[in-house]
Amino acid sequence: MTTQTTAQPQPGATTGGSPRGTGFGGLLRAEWTKFRSVRGWVIGMILAALLMVFIGVFAAANSNIGCQINGGPPKSGKACVPPIPHGPGGEVVNDSFSFVHQPLTGNGSITARVTSLTGEHADLTGGPVQVGNGPGMVPGLGPWSKAGIIVKQSTKPGSAYAAMMVTGSNGVRMQYNYTQDAAGMPGKVSAAHPRLLRLTRSGDTITGLDSADGVHWTRVGTAQLTGLPATVQVGMFATSPGYVVTQNSFGGSSNQGGPSQATGVFDHVSLTPAAAGGTWTGTGIGGGGPVAGPGGGPSGRPFTRAGGTFTVTGSGDIAPVTPGPGSGYPTVTVEQSLAGAFLGLIAIVVVAAMFFTVEYRRGLIRTTLAATPRRGAVLAAKAVVIGAVAFVTGLVASALSVAVGVPKEENQGQVLLTVPALTEVRVIVGTAAVLALAAVFAVALGAVLRRSAAAITVAVVTVVLPFLLAGLNIVPSGVGTWLLRLTPTAGLAIQQSIPRYPQVTSVLSPVRGYYPLSPYAGFAVLCLWAAAALGLAFVLLRRRDA
Amino acid sequence: MMHATIEVTGLRKRFGPTLALDGMSFAVQPGQVTGFVGPNGAGKSTTMRVILGLDAPDEGQALVNGQAYGSLRHPMRVIGSLLDAGALQPSRSARNHLLWLARSQGLKAERVNEVIAQAGLQGVARRRAGGYSLGMRQRLGIAGAMLGNPAAIMLDEPFNGMDPEGIVWMRGFLRGLAAEGRAVLVSSHLMSELQDTADHLVVVGRGRVIADTTVASLLAAASGDLVTLRTSVPAEATTVLEDAGATVAVTGADALMISGLPAERVVALLSGSAVPFSEVSAHRATLEQAYMELTRDAVEFRPAGFDAAEAEEVGR
Repeated sequence: MTTQTTAQPQPGATTGGSPRGTGFGGLLRAEWTKFRSVRGWVIGMILAALLMVFIGVFAAANSNIGCQINGGPPKSGKACVPPIPHGPGGEVVNDSFSFVHQPLTGNGSITARVTSLTGEHADLTGGPVQVGNGPGMVPGLGPWSKAGIIVKQSTKPGSAYAAMMVTGSNGVRMQYNYTQDAAGMPGKVSAAHPRLLRLTRSGDTITGLDSADGVHWTRVGTAQLTGLPATVQVGMFATSPGYVVTQNSFGGSSNQGGPSQATGVFDHVSLTPAAAGGTWTGTGIGGGGPVAGPGGGPSGRPFTRAGGTFTVTGSGDIAPVTPGPGSGYPTVTVEQSLAGAFLGLIAIVVVAAMFFTVEYRRGLIRTTLAATPRRGAVLAAKAVVIGAVAFVTGLVASALSVAVGVPKEENQGQVLLTVPALTEVRVIVGTAAVLALAAVFAVALGAVLRRSAAAITVAVVTVVLPFLLAGLNIVPSGVGTWLLRLTPTAGLAIQQSIPRYPQVTSVLSPVRGYYPLSPYAGFAVLCLWAAAALGLAFVLLRRRDA
Repeated sequence: MMHATIEVTGLRKRFGPTLALDGMSFAVQPGQVTGFVGPNGAGKSTTMRVILGLDAPDEGQALVNGQAYGSLRHPMRVIGSLLDAGALQPSRSARNHLLWLARSQGLKAERVNEVIAQAGLQGVARRRAGGYSLGMRQRLGIAGAMLGNPAAIMLDEPFNGMDPEGIVWMRGFLRGLAAEGRAVLVSSHLMSELQDTADHLVVVGRGRVIADTTVASLLAAASGDLVTLRTSVPAEATTVLEDAGATVAVTGADALMISGLPAERVVALLSGSAVPFSEVSAHRATLEQAYMELTRDAVEFRPAGFDAAEAEEVGR
């Protein structure tokens, strides 16, 4: 064999034409070529996407709901879902309460004094309550059992409203349009400590005030109810959300629920301007009357009147529907179709860590660093390439999971807790971004630890394990909450589509879609982890001999 | 055009208790093959890693083309190197391996095809590199080193694992590179591999240069002025030669080894004294012997722990 140097250009001459692709662009192309030319890594990414879609579409809440209404033919799936009210903001809401009302046209105000709030709920000490069996009721108020006054667009469930109320254990509140809540006077209401409540309408603006003595009034809040018609319904209401006991146990949590009701006693009720010949009508809005059966409300009627004293009893809630028990519906959220993200994360961090560590195992790192002595740039190029690959993989898998999974759940009779389009985009794109950042975190760990087993273990333990520990109640909930705040897993909070409303009692678990940090705060925690790992990798890569 | 040379000055590097480099200094000139020889553990691979900016020296510096390697924008266009032919991702094809290297230097994909042809890998370039023999991996490594058409080439033990045909190919290839005016630095722990290839030799041991010379002058120096004499009367010959100031050693029943006198003088003295002899020959050392002579100390007084350092050096 001979040397084939005839085709050889002059040594030292610039080869390959102009130095295009110089700098970082060339490095990115080099690392991309490395990635795509190892079949196992490409398969790993495809596997990540498939796992996500599979879990999202087939494994989450995969039960078909059946029903038989009023002796009619058996139905299943979507046909069983009752009409669901949506609030003015488009969200799915509960809007059921006992309403003692009369119309009010134009500007005006309603004032009432609450002297008592009492309640009863199902006795759950003896195990689960069978619906319709006439539950044994025991006295007791839920924290958000409530009674007060309300200005409402109409008696149609889901219509706009503003209300002033006393609550079981959250003092006086002003709430409006389901999602809004402001605190007024603290403390429990009683005959000795009555609460005076007032709502004043001026155009679309409703102002809520409270007072202990009827002399000194304090403004609690102001609501803008855009498009409020000239004639609205005003009056008194009482309602109480379902009573739920959650038992957290190893591997999950179980919930027991039963009905509850609240009874408010009102006097000194006045309407301004006084409606000529106005009479009070009692309506159970959205089926929110008293709980029927033994121990139920007074004769099952929404209210009784004795002179100027009104006693109103109701059950239900005026609040957004949140995931988990207590909503009264089988609900599904957008992010439930993304439950497979943790499996996708495992596959992605394995590939990402190996993207760096195999270079150490094979000694290829020397070839890489001899080709590009700017080691920080090599690290950056690897991070960008693996991050971009993970992002695209995650985006395709997330979009597909939601596009297929959500309609499937709805067809099975689940009520989708709708969110604004931008929130849905945040959940889907955010999931892809979490996968991308986890990949960056893992590739940086690979550079730091230089061994596949070590890097993969650390990445999985910090990114995925906290989700399982907290979600399956393997650790106490307090520990789980801190894990979800401090570990890279916090980034999954970006998936939470339904905000946590303080005025709704929720089961706070990532399995229910709740994270202790807000979506962007949790995402920022993951960003910090990725940045810290990159920084450490940068320092070590430059300092260590290759 | 500026001449690309490799210049190493006063390198010192310690790995734990082991002094791997102890003032290593030499220069590699363009247009010739420089052999970098020394026993295992002499610091050859460490020196090459320092030249490539992979290991940081405790002291001293290495310059390529007058610049620190780390400041080169596309270093493979200046100096091509092959440290470890086994440094490959097994599941990646040879072509893709060369392709990512080309991308990192801003080179076009056509250049990959050129070096594949140059290394004689056309038929196997799309196969997994994991299935390559060591000889094929060496060729792939050479192809990678040639990608940027560099003016300097540095190869660590390129003859390792090559079959005789491959060794012949490699020698011709290296000669050809030097003939094109490139600077070529080739390390080996076996002088015989470099005997017909290298123009210049840098002999190292225990982390420093023992000899930095041409092949011709190394041979001359090692040969000294030893003369072998065969005679039926060794005692008489010894007397005559010792009287003339030579040192005589008996190496056989009729054989003497004479030092201190050139062969012509020995012949003249013996003829003048009428001492019969059957053979007078100037002793000619082989390059291997010269090398053994030079590196004996380096091998014999290898400090404890050196083996471990070498194992790590090779294994990485």
